[in-house]
Amino acid sequence: MKIILYIIKKEFKQIFRNKGMLPIIFILPLLQLVILSNAATYEIKNIQFGYVDADNSSTSRELIEQFEASTYFNVSEKFPSEKEASQAMQEGTIDAYLNIPTHFERDLQKDKTKGIGVFIDAIDGSAAGVINVYITQIIQNYNKNIVADLIQISDTVQKPNSIESIPLFWYNQTLNYKTFMVPGILVLLVTMITLFLSGMNIVREKEIGTLEQINVTPIRKSHFIIGKLFPFWIIGMGLLTIGLILAKVIFNTPMLGNLGLLYAYTSVYILVILGMGLFISNFTDTQQQAMFIAWFFIVIFILMSGLFTPIESMPKWAQILTEFNPIKYFVEIIRMVMLKGSGFVDIFPLAIKTLAYAIVMNGLAVWSYKKTT
Amino acid sequence: MMKDNNVIQVENLSKLFGDFAAVNQISFQVKAGEIFGFLGANGAGKTTAMKMLIGISSPTSGKATVAGFDVYKETESIKKNIGYMSQKFALYDDLTVKENITFFGGIYGLSKKQIEHKRRELVEELGLQEVTNSLVASLPLGWKQKLAFSVSLLHEPKIVFLDEPTGGVDPITRRQFWEMIYKAAHNGTTIFVTTHYMDEAEYCDRVSIMVDGKIEALDTPKKLKEHYKTDTMNDVFLKLARG
Repeated sequence: MKIILYIIKKEFKQIFRNKGMLPIIFILPLLQLVILSNAATYEIKNIQFGYVDADNSSTSRELIEQFEASTYFNVSEKFPSEKEASQAMQEGTIDAYLNIPTHFERDLQKDKTKGIGVFIDAIDGSAAGVINVYITQIIQNYNKNIVADLIQISDTVQKPNSIESIPLFWYNQTLNYKTFMVPGILVLLVTMITLFLSGMNIVREKEIGTLEQINVTPIRKSHFIIGKLFPFWIIGMGLLTIGLILAKVIFNTPMLGNLGLLYAYTSVYILVILGMGLFISNFTDTQQQAMFIAWFFIVIFILMSGLFTPIESMPKWAQILTEFNPIKYFVEIIRMVMLKGSGFVDIFPLAIKTLAYAIVMNGLAVWSYKKTT
Repeated sequence: MMKDNNVIQVENLSKLFGDFAAVNQISFQVKAGEIFGFLGANGAGKTTAMKMLIGISSPTSGKATVAGFDVYKETESIKKNIGYMSQKFALYDDLTVKENITFFGGIYGLSKKQIEHKRRELVEELGLQEVTNSLVASLPLGWKQKLAFSVSLLHEPKIVFLDEPTGGVDPITRRQFWEMIYKAAHNGTTIFVTTHYMDEAEYCDRVSIMVDGKIEALDTPKKLKEHYKTDTMNDVFLKLARG
């Protein structure tokens, strides 16, 4: 126990003496939290929108006005024909355009229905999907108004009742994406910093030759490893704390669940990451190698964590792979605890998997750390 | 079979890397209190052999005991009884002299009092009073090497292994370094030292010369010179190493 304390003291001295590392550990991640949380949003605003109005009727003009009134669309241009509109989309100056055919107003009043051309730049498929939904909503809202007008004119005709869905968004009523993203990004930062620091720390001692000096001492493997990793565990918890404070102060992210529960879970979660870092450093000889391997895993973990793309929409094999992604568990749990107020029973299945992961990972790491080669 | 006064006993010890025998069936004994010079050209297998003896590399075959402990099974017991100074400077550059001493004393399990006592003694002996609170990185190489040697003696090991301890330091410092080695040997510590400097070989009680993984000669410097009919260890070495 005393020996562990000597190592911990030494590690903290080295960490806080390294003036180049301190800002990397504490300031960069928090800058990232602020920047990424504001930038990473699924909301699509400022859609560059054009139209071709071959009808030039009051109905078509009113329809366009609906778009102009929307905060999502920048109605930029009226094109004389479809050719110019398509040309503009080709050049990338507009994201979508509407093609209102001739006799739009007349046909609508006569047949009660009329097709309208909607063209969307679908290079970014998910963005195109969202734009489509926006456009359809605006057109349908407007279309209903017309129908209502018609009803007033001829009361005698029985219209079928249209079914309208009224969405209710639970846990995040205003669909504020920052509320959704901030906890997830905080997870990323805690993970990245602890993985990189722990992965590079022991390999650094390998590089400068001090690890050999340690290996000729009678120190026990477990003592050395605990002493080495504990400071990074503290740093991880510290980052979480600062991150949560920023989330509250800057983004006003709710904290519906139990803060203690979140800390308890995080303390286990960081063990998984530290085990990984140690495992990586056992199989690499230079900090550069360790960095690349850590990056390799981090990128996969991030993209398959459900943070940016829902896991439910991944192919089956990918969903199975995400079972091995620690970030996935933490992202899910931090969102559950902070946004839904989930309690211990709710997160138990995920937490127990994380605990098992921590035991396996650290077991592997201790086993693969060899004082003798 | 092991005599009481042999602190290192090696029999047919080998280390293979694939087909290549870095160390090829070497046998020798080192007596307690002896200064044993372990010579050889670069790549002759000195460091590999030493790493097996200090318990950080497993031998492929052969037998060896260090301080009475087996190099296969009792490496951790060996480590309690030896000190080691590698050819790469292996103290922490970003810790001060004092912190390095405290750290290494601590992980060898010395008490706070012992560490404090050792630190005073060591700082005084090396004349490091002015720099105890300076980072080791700021010390000249010669001082660093002397400090590293003293740190390897902190826990009063029976044997200390020195891997090219004087590489790259000036002749005056080398001289001082050897005075420290003599002093440690005088206090009963066995010294196992590798070196490239043949004048240093003359200071050893006995030397072995390794060529291509084998020990080609082992005796006192005086007898080796007689046997090879030369005046200096340098010439002995050249005769052997050139085959």
